[in-house]
Amino acid sequence: MNTVIDTIDRRIIAATQGGLPLTPRPYAMIAEQLGLDASDVMDRMQRMLASGAIRRIGAVPNHYALGFRGNGMSVWDVPDDAIKEAGHRIGDLDFVSHCYHRPRHLPTWPYNLFAMVHGRDRAEVDEKVHHIAAILGVNDRGHEVLFSTRILKKTGLRIPG
Amino acid sequence: MDTRDVAIINHLQGGFPVTDRPYAEAATTLGITESELIERLEYLLEKGILSRFGPMYHAERLGGGLTLAALHVPDEGFDRVAEQVNCFPEVAHNYQREHHLNMWFVLATETPARIDEVLAEIERKTGCRVYNVPKIEEFFVGLRFEL
Repeated sequence: MNTVIDTIDRRIIAATQGGLPLTPRPYAMIAEQLGLDASDVMDRMQRMLASGAIRRIGAVPNHYALGFRGNGMSVWDVPDDAIKEAGHRIGDLDFVSHCYHRPRHLPTWPYNLFAMVHGRDRAEVDEKVHHIAAILGVNDRGHEVLFSTRILKKTGLRIPG
Repeated sequence: MDTRDVAIINHLQGGFPVTDRPYAEAATTLGITESELIERLEYLLEKGILSRFGPMYHAERLGGGLTLAALHVPDEGFDRVAEQVNCFPEVAHNYQREHHLNMWFVLATETPARIDEVLAEIERKTGCRVYNVPKIEEFFVGLRFEL
């Protein structure tokens, strides 16, 4: 689903995707940088929030710095006819930060359900993965946990302005 | 980190107001002052405890392309391939993971059609087969860290 955004929205996106200014009137400051009215900037951001173009506005924690060093991408081979229900149930778990249905690449890659699991260490992640396996029951036809060993790049998403 | 920082992290991962004085408003609900909130956010960002403070945009709803893809990279060439992949400005994140498919990256492009072009370029440049796993359905995205 695409949302209609115009070139002014795009300029606002480009000016804010690195973060909001830490000043008492951040939207007024952005407006000033872009030569817009503060009320126009706020209206447009409200509209993008309402349409889902902005997921949320707030603090983005660095989970490594917070002591969540276990970062396991758990991947599951779930029967296609069970994926919707399984995805919603796993996505609802509070230790899962991302949950998606993605395609298999047989024979190398049989997994179609991805759930990112966070914990303070690998043991905690493994425990949570067992919990997911218990929920999936017979619909868990195989799973693996891919732990990250190194961040090779992390610039965040950059939406061209 | 003090109790104010914990409150900021637990309660300000979303819902930051879009109003004239949003820090003042958010600070009130946290029981601190506007200047305290701004000062703590500066501190948390400087220490890298927060990677960002602001809006999280939804790339696909803005008309862009987004995907996750993986490579199997032989150990001896790993760093060279990492550099080749990271060179693409469309590569937003790249992680080394313990698996036969040992490199996983997120690609964000200006248009959906660019995804396949960039993946083909990556395949050609690295000589590694690209396993593209674009999302078919999203069940949940968000961070819910509680300290």
